[in-house]
Amino acid sequence: MSEPRGDPAAEVVLRAEGLGWSARGVAIVEGVGFALRAGETLGLVGPNGSGKSTLLRLLSGLLRPRAGAVRLLGAPLASMRRREVARALALVEQQAETAERVSLRDAVSLGRTPWLSALRPWCDDDDDAVESAMAAVSVAHLAGRDWATLSGGERQRAHIARALAQRPRVLLLDEPTNHLDPGQQAAVLRLVAGLPLAAVVALHDLNHALRCDRVGVMRGGRLVALGPPEQVLLPPLLRDVFGVRASILRDPDDGGRVIRFHDP
Amino acid sequence: MRVPAAAPQPAPERPPAVAVAVAARPPAVAAGRWAAVTAGRWLLALLLLAAAVLAGVCIGETAIPVGTVLAALGNELFGAGWPLDRIDQGIVWNYRLTRALVAACCGAGLAVSGLILQSLLRNALADPYLLGISAGASTGAVMVTVAGVGAGAVSLSLGAFAGALAAFALVAMLARAAGAGAARHATAPIVLAGIAGSQLFNAVTSFVITRSASAEQARGIMFWLLGNLSGARWRDVALAVPVALLAVLVCRGHARALDAFTFGADSAASLGVPVRRVRAVLILCAALATAVMVSIVGSIGFVGLVIPHAARLLVGTRHARLVPASALIGALFLVAADVLSRTLLRGQVLPIGVVTALVGAPLFAVILVRARPAR
Repeated sequence: MSEPRGDPAAEVVLRAEGLGWSARGVAIVEGVGFALRAGETLGLVGPNGSGKSTLLRLLSGLLRPRAGAVRLLGAPLASMRRREVARALALVEQQAETAERVSLRDAVSLGRTPWLSALRPWCDDDDDAVESAMAAVSVAHLAGRDWATLSGGERQRAHIARALAQRPRVLLLDEPTNHLDPGQQAAVLRLVAGLPLAAVVALHDLNHALRCDRVGVMRGGRLVALGPPEQVLLPPLLRDVFGVRASILRDPDDGGRVIRFHDP
Repeated sequence: MRVPAAAPQPAPERPPAVAVAVAARPPAVAAGRWAAVTAGRWLLALLLLAAAVLAGVCIGETAIPVGTVLAALGNELFGAGWPLDRIDQGIVWNYRLTRALVAACCGAGLAVSGLILQSLLRNALADPYLLGISAGASTGAVMVTVAGVGAGAVSLSLGAFAGALAAFALVAMLARAAGAGAARHATAPIVLAGIAGSQLFNAVTSFVITRSASAEQARGIMFWLLGNLSGARWRDVALAVPVALLAVLVCRGHARALDAFTFGADSAASLGVPVRRVRAVLILCAALATAVMVSIVGSIGFVGLVIPHAARLLVGTRHARLVPASALIGALFLVAADVLSRTLLRGQVLPIGVVTALVGAPLFAVILVRARPAR
């Protein structure tokens, strides 16, 4: 997960320029700008209500920014059709549920929607996309299962498979490890970091953020820090942003970093 | 001896799980065969529909033999010139056939409208009358028949249609005002606005009836509200057929978009569906179809709510199959319900809404219980 490591020569696939959004006069996101390069995984951390989800919705085009602009593969997002956007960018929401009796395969097949039309019906390519997406997140053996019978982790992986079936260049994930047990959390993160896609992942667990190529820290709607996690997630910033006393430890086995929180 | 290098290698085996998954879908190599199967299904659906309409024409207080019915149809359609009793000919062509055709169109239109609303609002309890259409239609009808709006120049159907549209416009505006800027949760305002609108228009209807209707008028209104196909004539067929066809085709054309709403409007948007436009087109389509059907036959309950659920149990949740299946089942159901309404009580016609609920509700309960998901 650390090979690309923010390769400065890689193409910029998603760019935010002075993004701002407000609701009822309160700024939710303000002056956020960054560039996401092909292949990198950008973690987004910040306290509850710091604007992470709203920022993801702005980046995905679900919300129109009140200020600034998003550029997707060089083109302004605001001028693109939804279908074009969906071919380049996929979003995995925090809680997308259904009461319908759909199979996992049906749910993943929805990812082909932006590629299909009356003139371009379902074909072998779409089957391939669905098969390889399910294989990539190891849910192929669950293809025929009813949605209602899947566990939380299986559903989350199915949503990621649906996003992959879109064959996007950019993947946005809103807290994909929520409500998952530790094993599933690790599996989902490993999966996302290993994908050959540019990804923006909103995260709550700072130790998860340590595994990203770069980390953006949000506070009060602003992006207050952005860079490699070992340079960004340091005790002074954690105290400022999250109000916690933390220390960085080293795992004696492999030298990996661990953030430990102390009582205030 | 070695095997020559050019010998055909056996194809690598697929992992079993994938093989099972692939078997569920016909390989695209057989696309031609698949198209033939689809065409066959449509043909079968049309045949079923034709058989149901034919049965609907034959069965009645006085049964008319199939031969007589076919001869009458031959005379009218192709000028076949079979010798027939003119009364039989008239009953078949001007009363029973129009009635069965209008019933079929109504069933299809209401079922598809209900399906649209259930899928878009992601609410299993949504039905076409949720948008205030039935309440508005009844207000329009009593305005014309009881309060004398239009001074006799306006028919009951036209009044009902105007009332339905007015109620829908009010509900749509209210929903828009309540949900302004919040595309994300835009379904709750529609449901709530629909409830408010329905209550308001029902109150107006009751007010007008209480204030100025005679007992006979009130009874007439009640019968109309529960659904009445006895007035169906060719001009109603000429209106109902294109409207039902349009509703089915528009809805079928948006099948993929409706599928994309499975996980909500945001999910649909991120799958490339222009959510606002699709929602506007489909809800308008459902509202218009329902308003037309209600103004022709009154508000027949149950069909729009239950037929889509029955269709889901039969063909699954994909709208490419669900839309035609709902339309077909709705049409068959209403033709059958109309036959029952004419034959259950000797010498009397039950309001069809009573039949749809009496027969449909227990039937649906049975389907629901038997189709419980195996967990």
